[in-house]
Amino acid sequence: MVKPGDGYKDIPKGGLILEAGNAKNYKTGGWRTKKPILDKETCINCHRCWAFCPDSSVLSEDGDVKAEIDYDHCKGCGICAHECPVNAIEMEKE
Amino acid sequence: MKLKEAAKKEERLTGGHRLCSGCGAGTVVRLVMRASDNPAVVGCSTGCLEVSTTIYPYTAWEDSFIHNAFENVAATISGVESAYRSLRNQGKMDEDFDFIAIGGDGGSYDIGFQSLSGAMERGHDMVYLCYDNGAYMNTGIQRSSATPKGANTTTSPAGEVIPGKQQYRKELTDIMAAHNIPYVAQASPFKPQDLMKKAKKAFETEGPAFLNVLAPCPRGWRSKAEEGIELTKIAADTCFWPLFEVENGEWKLNYNPKAKKPITDWLEPQGRFKHLFKPENEGLIEEIQEHVDERWETILHRCGEE
Ligand SMILES: Cc1ncc(C[n+]2csc(CCOP(=O)(O)OP(=O)(O)O)c2C)c(N)n1
Ligand code: SF4
Ligand code: SF4
Ligand code: SF4
Ligand SMILES: [Mg+2]
Repeated sequence: MVKPGDGYKDIPKGGLILEAGNAKNYKTGGWRTKKPILDKETCINCHRCWAFCPDSSVLSEDGDVKAEIDYDHCKGCGICAHECPVNAIEMEKE
Repeated sequence: MKLKEAAKKEERLTGGHRLCSGCGAGTVVRLVMRASDNPAVVGCSTGCLEVSTTIYPYTAWEDSFIHNAFENVAATISGVESAYRSLRNQGKMDEDFDFIAIGGDGGSYDIGFQSLSGAMERGHDMVYLCYDNGAYMNTGIQRSSATPKGANTTTSPAGEVIPGKQQYRKELTDIMAAHNIPYVAQASPFKPQDLMKKAKKAFETEGPAFLNVLAPCPRGWRSKAEEGIELTKIAADTCFWPLFEVENGEWKLNYNPKAKKPITDWLEPQGRFKHLFKPENEGLIEEIQEHVDERWETILHRCGEE
C-alpha cells in the first residue's frame, strides 16, 4: 500500500489501489463516544444487529454472532442496540 | 434466506470506510452485495458512498471498483458489461461476473438520470442501485428531486419565505418501471431479507434491473443515528416509502402495514421537518398526508390489492 513519503515510482499507475478491501487497515473505532457491549447470555442469535451494522462490525462465524464486536471499526452508532429484540446490547459511555 | 445463513457468506464491504456513524448507505450496500454470487464490478457515482469508501490509498470494496463522475456511473458500468460480453463472445473469458452501478438520489434522479435511462433502455445485463437519502448529502444537504416536500435543505431553506422544499418528490421507481425492463423494485433496509431477495433477483435477471432503496442519513435528516433503521420502518408504515416490485410488467406489493400510521410519525423524529409543526404550517402537513394517501391508493391499485 502507498505510504506517506512514497515517490511517484512507488505509486501504481493510474492511482490504482491493488489490495481489495484494504480499508480494514484503517481504524474508525476512535470515532466512538459510546461502545456496544453484547451479552451472549441474553442474545438469541437472530442476527438483526449483524444485518443492520453499517460498518460490518458485528462479527458472525458459522452462523453464530460471536458476542464480539469489531471495536477497531465500530463507530458506536447504536443501531445494533436499538434494533436488538431482547436488549442484549448495551451502549456504554467510552 | 435466513440472516444467519446470509452471514456465512463473505463480507463484500469492509469496515474502515468513512461514512458517518449510523449512515444507512453502509447497511444497504452490505445487504445488496451479499446477494451477489459472483465477483462483481462496482461503480459509484460521486456522492457520500463513493467518496467515503474509496479514500486513497484505501478501498472498502472487496470487488473491482471503478471511479467515475457524478453523472455517468450507469454509462461506465454498461461499457464494462459490453466489453465483458465481447470478450466472452471471443472466447477470451469464461468466468461469470456481476455488474452493478450505484448512485445516490442526486446521481440517479437528477444528474445521472440520462445515463441511467440509456443503460436500462439499451438492455445491458447489469444492476442499478439507487440509495435514496433524499438530498445531495455529500456536498452539505442540497435538495434533489427525491427530497420530500417540506424538507429543510440548504437550497430549500425553511424560514420566513418558504417552509422547506416546495415540490413533491419524483417517483423514480415508477419511471424505471415505465422503461419496461425485466425487474424493478423498491426496498428498505428494515426488511433485510426482502432487500436481499430483491437484490438476488436483480443480479440473476438477464438484462437490466433497477433497485431503489431508502437509506437513512442522520446528518441530513437531522435524526438520531441509532434510529435510522426504525425510521425506514416508519416510512413503510406511514406509506411514505412503499415496498413493491415490478417483475416483467407485473406489480406486486411486498409490505402492507397492519395499521397505516399518520405521516406525522415519519415527519416528527426528523429535524428537517421541524418547522412543519409550527401553527402556520398546519395545512401543509394535511396536504402531505393527502398526497401520501393518493400515492398509496395508486400503488394498491397497480398491485391489484383492492
Ligand atoms: C458534475 C458535478 N457536479 C457537482 C459535483 C459535486 N458533488 C459531489 S457529490 C454531490 C452530491 C451527491 O448527492 P447524491 O447523489 O444524492 O449522493 P449522497 O451524497 O447524498 O450520498 C455533488 C453535488 C460533482 N462531483 N460533479
Ligand atoms: S454501534 Fe453501530 S457501528 Fe458499532 S457494532 Fe453497533 S451497529 Fe455497528
Ligand atoms: S440483535 Fe440481539 S439477539 Fe439478535 S443477534 Fe444481535 S445481540 Fe443477539
Ligand atoms: S452525510 Fe448522510 S449519507 Fe453522507 S455519510 Fe453522512 S450519514 Fe451517510
Ligand atoms: Mg443523496
